[in-house]
Amino acid sequence: MRKVLLFGIVILTGACFIGRLFYLQIYESSAYDLNNDNAIRKVFHYPKRGYIYDRNDSLLVANQPSYDVMVIPREVETIDTIMFCDLLKIEKHDFLKYYNRAKRYSPRLPSVLLPHLSKEDYAFLSEKLRKFKGFYIQKRSVRDYQTSIGANVLGYIAEANSKDIKKDAYYRLGDLIGKQGVEVSYEKTLRGVKGVKYIQKDIYNRDIGAYKEGAFDTLPIPGKDLNITIDSELQAYGELLMQNKIGGIVAIEPSSGEILSLVSAPSYNPNLLVGRQRSKNYTKLYLDSIHRPLIDKGLVRMHEPGSPFKVLVALTALEEKVISTNTSLFCSGQYVYGKNKRTMQCHCGGGYRNLDSAISYSCNSYFAMAFRNNIEKYDNSSKSMDKWSDHIKSFGLGSFLGNDLSVGKKGNIPDGNYYDKWYPEFQWGATTIISNSIGQGEILVTPIQLANMTAAIANKGFYFTPHIIKSIENEQIDSNFNSPKQTTIDPKYYEPIIEGMHNVYNKGTASFLKVPGIEICGKTGTAENFTKVDGVRQQLTDHSIFIAFAPKENPKIAIAVLVENGRYGARWAGRVASLMIEKYIKGEVSLKRMEKLVVEKSLEDEYLKPYSGKPFKINDQ
Amino acid sequence: MNVSRSTSFQLDWIAVIIFTGLVIFGYFNILSASNTGEFISYFDITKPYGKQLIFILGSLLLISFILSIEAKFYERFASILYIGSMLSLIGLFIVGKQINGATSWYSFGGLTLQPSEFAKFATALALAKYISDLQTNIKETKDQIRAGILVALPAVLILLQNDAGSTLVFGSLFFVFYREGIPQYYLLFGVCLIILGISTLKFSAIATSGVIAAVLVFYQFFFKRKKKKLKGIIAIFICSIFLTFGVQWAYNEVLQKHQQDRIGLWLRLEKDPLKLQAMKRNISYNLNESEKAIRSGGAFGKGFMDGTRTKGKFVPEQHTDYIFSTVGEEWGFFGSTIVVLLFVLLILRIVYLAEQHKSQFSRIYGYGVASILFAHFLINIGMVMGLIPTIGIPLPFFSYGGSGLWAFTILVFIFLKLDSNRLNVW
Repeated sequence: MRKVLLFGIVILTGACFIGRLFYLQIYESSAYDLNNDNAIRKVFHYPKRGYIYDRNDSLLVANQPSYDVMVIPREVETIDTIMFCDLLKIEKHDFLKYYNRAKRYSPRLPSVLLPHLSKEDYAFLSEKLRKFKGFYIQKRSVRDYQTSIGANVLGYIAEANSKDIKKDAYYRLGDLIGKQGVEVSYEKTLRGVKGVKYIQKDIYNRDIGAYKEGAFDTLPIPGKDLNITIDSELQAYGELLMQNKIGGIVAIEPSSGEILSLVSAPSYNPNLLVGRQRSKNYTKLYLDSIHRPLIDKGLVRMHEPGSPFKVLVALTALEEKVISTNTSLFCSGQYVYGKNKRTMQCHCGGGYRNLDSAISYSCNSYFAMAFRNNIEKYDNSSKSMDKWSDHIKSFGLGSFLGNDLSVGKKGNIPDGNYYDKWYPEFQWGATTIISNSIGQGEILVTPIQLANMTAAIANKGFYFTPHIIKSIENEQIDSNFNSPKQTTIDPKYYEPIIEGMHNVYNKGTASFLKVPGIEICGKTGTAENFTKVDGVRQQLTDHSIFIAFAPKENPKIAIAVLVENGRYGARWAGRVASLMIEKYIKGEVSLKRMEKLVVEKSLEDEYLKPYSGKPFKINDQ
Repeated sequence: MNVSRSTSFQLDWIAVIIFTGLVIFGYFNILSASNTGEFISYFDITKPYGKQLIFILGSLLLISFILSIEAKFYERFASILYIGSMLSLIGLFIVGKQINGATSWYSFGGLTLQPSEFAKFATALALAKYISDLQTNIKETKDQIRAGILVALPAVLILLQNDAGSTLVFGSLFFVFYREGIPQYYLLFGVCLIILGISTLKFSAIATSGVIAAVLVFYQFFFKRKKKKLKGIIAIFICSIFLTFGVQWAYNEVLQKHQQDRIGLWLRLEKDPLKLQAMKRNISYNLNESEKAIRSGGAFGKGFMDGTRTKGKFVPEQHTDYIFSTVGEEWGFFGSTIVVLLFVLLILRIVYLAEQHKSQFSRIYGYGVASILFAHFLINIGMVMGLIPTIGIPLPFFSYGGSGLWAFTILVFIFLKLDSNRLNVW
């Protein structure tokens, strides 16, 4: 015992120490993480965000410096809050709110306390900031819009929220991320990759040099510049025409699928979403529930297509050989169908209608007949409907199109199954769903789908996926955008249809919209629409819809216009389309009177009707 | 019999190699912990690592000096060395220099010398000489008291200089007494005192007394023995009460505030976890940082000169008392375990060698060396890892400081010299 006491105790102590070391260094410690060591400060170097140019290389979006006040909550010591708030020009409770938010995010990591300081405030503050431990200034780059147009296309960037951060660990609180438009779809291309420097700190929080001589540091990789397909002059003109109206214009170059302009009305100046007033302006835009300026109408407003859809009904009927170019019908001003002699009104003026005049005068009866023939082609209406639906879908309707835009809607093209589900105990037939023949019923499309469909017709049977990207610095754009997508309709059937659409301008429903010197093919459309006022379904003034492409040979532009509550198609949408086509093809507009009429027209009173609280009339009755 | 060993000078190379390994590894950790600003040269004497290199060279001279002296010298001059050492401790009260609150240094120009470090080997020598004296019988109380005074004298002097840590080291010489045959109940008493003390501080004196009373009553009535010594039981009880309240009194009245706090934190006397956290950050700031540094080392450490917390000077006093945290951070579990094992091996080797000795003097001195090294090892590494309350004493061979390094070198090499002569006939 006497000989082994010391021996034993020494061994016991050694074992205890090794046990403790094991506990501290193996059991309790997670793998060493450089990013989580508070002896190391991470300094980020944000690369230049890529510039955005339009298709003609005119600069739309650049960058400008901005100064953010940063905070590392754990390093903050007791400060003179009143003085600090005075320097920052904020209220104390706001300061506490921001500070606590930063603390909740992480007491150890830097967060933005107050973004976007003006240059003057920055100069003043930077002298005094030494006194406030834990706070520092980070210079950053924010967007500088060289234009006031295209807010919906260009989109905006904003601080990444906690959802963004959760989704992609690249982002930290305070980092900027694309939130809309091109800034979202090409976020990774534009932002580049931020560089990081690991700096060894000492106990007094002073920098004492690079960690491991900068072995882990990375250089920022600058974001790439890109050209978008937008023609900014055309875009600006479109926004001008659409002022005081709600709606959208989508113009596509049929030979490439490039989106020439994507107007969403009403628009806003993208510069509103930069700088310290950003959140105030954003809230204002966000809360405007009548105009919804932050919603891209050209991409997400689903509506019934109305008469332009008749063109597809005709093409499908031709392809399915249920009509021919010579098929004609006597229109008595209404189309009577079904056992109970139900009727569908027609406003074409009546008389003998062949395919050509049916298109130019938009004869409901004719297309009801064509659609009915189509659906009754096979014994099983469901099968016929499936076939019909496939043809229609080959024009890109009822799908997201696979474009590079950040938002979109699928729309709806019903198939057999759709109605089987709807009428489970009832054998539905062509007459049950006859409204589809004139682009109403269950058909829903977005303006960009309409424009794409128009491009496919202009190309006589194929389209390129509409896209917004023209070129990326030192990089190829998605090859999907270069390969044509065929429709299921034989090219030979397009000729008579295009002729009919041409006659819409020559003698039909858009004859007063002719543009001298340009052969335009178009189709008017009017879509009924409804809203709920105090829970009661109420019809509103029809949407004015128009599709067109021009010139007839070698088309350069295919366009779809939606003017909400603009009444009939030729009235506003048609005018806008004609003016846009002239502007794009000729570079200037000769139809000055029409231009003045459109620009000065405001539909505001129309939009306020449902909110007036009083009964109202629609369609100028 | 091994002729060569009996006739020539034979060092125990295992001990020497471990010693050398610890000193060299220690030097590199000091280099890492004290490398601030521009690196000029390894001999830059404005920096601790430069000075330490000089101290190491100095210790080489000391070693050759110690080994060249005849082994008998140490036994003969033990008393002289002891008296000289005590005088140097007393002298501190007159011309001592105060550093970190302790008046333990002589200052010669830029150099400082800490006599308490040297008092350890002098006391060990004197104790060995006294106990090994033919006229001494350590089993007798009279001699126990005399030997006790030999140890208590430097301990008290050092305590008066406000260096409580070094005083505790002298307590480790209990192992020497125990090995040499003091009665078993001393050990029992010691263990009881420790349990009693901790229990008193943790659960209060009254609760402890109550438990003792209950145990004694239980013992008296339920254990059948040949002779019931009620008086003895009562005596033990009264002693315990005195001790318990004595411990409480000492904690409250004798200990200084920072010592109370350290013990309080160690025993987790504070229940509120938030306050406990705050105490950890404030009172045991050093410990908290050192634990963090060790923890961040992980299995294999961050690499030599790459410890971020070492570089950032997050651990105060890192090149002296907290040098082990550098090992922990830069060399990880792997390196730290090797250091612990080296210490264990060195101490065990010394104990083993001491046991081999026929000469009682050498054996006692060897035990003294092992005990002193063990005390430093236990207290320093235990403290740095938060296993025992914070007590500031250096880690032998590792911590920066000339006095410490030289004193430990002398301590160990006198023993190795004695050991090399173990089989010679005196």
